[in-house]
Amino acid sequence: MISYIIRRLIMLIPVLIGMSIITFSVVHAIPGDPARTIVGDKATPAQIQEIRENLGLDKPAYIQYFTYVKDILQGDLGTSLITKQEISKEIKPFLAATTELAVVAMLIAVFFGVNLGILSAWKQNSWFDYTAMLIALIGVSMPIFWLGLMEQWFFAQELDLLPSNGRLDPRMEFDAITNFYSIDAIIQGNWYAFQDVLLHLILPAVALGTIPMAIIARMTRSSMLEVMRSDYIRTARAKGLGEFWVIYKHTLKNAFIPVLTVVGLQLGLLLGGAVLTETIFSWPGVGRYIFDAINARNYPVIQSGILILATIFVLINLIVDLLYAWVDPRIQYGKGE
Amino acid sequence: MLLQVHNLRKTFPIRGGLLGKKTGEITAVDDVSFYVKKGETLGLVGESGCGKSTTGRAILRLHEPTSGQIEFEGKSLLALSEEEMRKARRDLQMVFQDPFASLNPRQKVMDILEEPLIVHGMGNGKERKEQVQELLHLVGLNQSHAMRYPHQFSGGQRQRIGIARALSTKPKLIVADEPVSALDVSIQSQVLNLMADLQEKFELTYLFIAHDLSVVKHISDRVGVMYLGRLVELADRDELYERPLHPYTQALLSAVPVPDPDFQKQRIILSGDVPSPANPPKGCAFHPRCPHVMDICKEVRPEFADQGGGHFSACHL
Repeated sequence: MISYIIRRLIMLIPVLIGMSIITFSVVHAIPGDPARTIVGDKATPAQIQEIRENLGLDKPAYIQYFTYVKDILQGDLGTSLITKQEISKEIKPFLAATTELAVVAMLIAVFFGVNLGILSAWKQNSWFDYTAMLIALIGVSMPIFWLGLMEQWFFAQELDLLPSNGRLDPRMEFDAITNFYSIDAIIQGNWYAFQDVLLHLILPAVALGTIPMAIIARMTRSSMLEVMRSDYIRTARAKGLGEFWVIYKHTLKNAFIPVLTVVGLQLGLLLGGAVLTETIFSWPGVGRYIFDAINARNYPVIQSGILILATIFVLINLIVDLLYAWVDPRIQYGKGE
Repeated sequence: MLLQVHNLRKTFPIRGGLLGKKTGEITAVDDVSFYVKKGETLGLVGESGCGKSTTGRAILRLHEPTSGQIEFEGKSLLALSEEEMRKARRDLQMVFQDPFASLNPRQKVMDILEEPLIVHGMGNGKERKEQVQELLHLVGLNQSHAMRYPHQFSGGQRQRIGIARALSTKPKLIVADEPVSALDVSIQSQVLNLMADLQEKFELTYLFIAHDLSVVKHISDRVGVMYLGRLVELADRDELYERPLHPYTQALLSAVPVPDPDFQKQRIILSGDVPSPANPPKGCAFHPRCPHVMDICKEVRPEFADQGGGHFSACHL
């Protein structure tokens, strides 16, 4: 098992090298000059040239790339051109905000998706099944920005039930320690803030979780239906097991592997792809951070931000692969493969 | 009399069209009646698709019968509610055909064997663990096997696990649905002998479903032959194999290979194929292929009647 993990981690290296080359090339293909962005429109050509030399932007692209890789290997993710802050420090609160949102969205998606899928499979071809799958189809097809706006309009504006944006009421006094606000609030025993954090999470998390929920529901249903036809489910019934246990114990466990794959992939996507949701709900997450960097031609931030997201994505996939072995005892890693 | 089946019928709807409307039905089991005496083995043979497995499952209500009566120890099984039936399963267990598919790949052998005991509230944790060990011993596996998963066993071992599982609740009737057809011939005899030993030890009653005539002959006291959802003949084993009355049984028996290269025997070759169960022939289901077909066979369905000495047959001859 351990040798398998090490092997998988070594296999990460070419993936990350590829990632870094692609992001580096793409970022440099973006039109516009970061030096001009920094000094503004009224700078003289000499000033711009000076800044270009300072940043190493006058050197050939391959040298810039090797400098970049060398810095990363030394743990230096570069410095933001705009704020002059180290990216590795600057990105932390953004990452925390995104992770908090993505995890809550995923919890919602898994809870509702898996249960909808189970019930749909259990009551196959019933009105419940049809309704649930219609909802899932709508969920998959729903443009996320539109859903977010509708949520804000209905729940924040019309009903005035939930806050429409941000992570916390700005008037509240609050110390960010880990930058996971829900955890921070618990650490500080500030239950009023905790409640406010949760309320702020609901709308963006639902918006973000809708598509994964729909995908998970559909995947769970089809996987459950397949397993329910297998002989050992009949065996379980013949033993005299009640239907609830047949479904939740025997069927679900066996049907869970494809669902787990989808959950892993979707979580990776949520972490990186929440730009729209973060923008609509003014959520200070990593998607927003990179989005702003793109607008500002902030090369180092774009490069490092994408590299971090890619690394997280690959790591989540590794974790999912390891979970397979836990879910299905027939899968063993590191033995005779 | 442990089990009595009267006029059992099971049909499956054929659905088609845009809205999945019922467009027809397949009669998998058609008016089947028989009984099983306590302690005996009733073999049920027939070719693929003749409804023998469906009969077995319908008796255990794994498929809900369409109509008919099933009496187990004098009580009607079909009258039981779902919950009552669930409890009744303690006395009626099943051994399945495919030992690779019928064991949950996520459960250890210990859990597979213990679960029926938990479900039926038998014994406390310690007693149950002991009983699992005993079951493993009974079927010729050893105690260390309890912590393994099904995929770590061979086909024959898996079928032993399946048998141990069926035995765990100390049932009175075991429906064995082709329990050896997925196994190698050498393993088949081991499993058959195991089943025979267990029957003697626990006074079990078997309904033994198979398509292999020599296997059925080996283990059964009485044998029933099915064709296209109907029981066409049922008699004591020796009687049936020596003196088959129904032309289908005669043809079936003539097809059994004899392990002697010099032996020249008269095989009855049937013409045509088994008709579709969605559209069975009128009268006797066998008449389009019967070498002795008469006019009456095409119109009137022959009654499944005692031809003397408990030898039942459904034929106009």
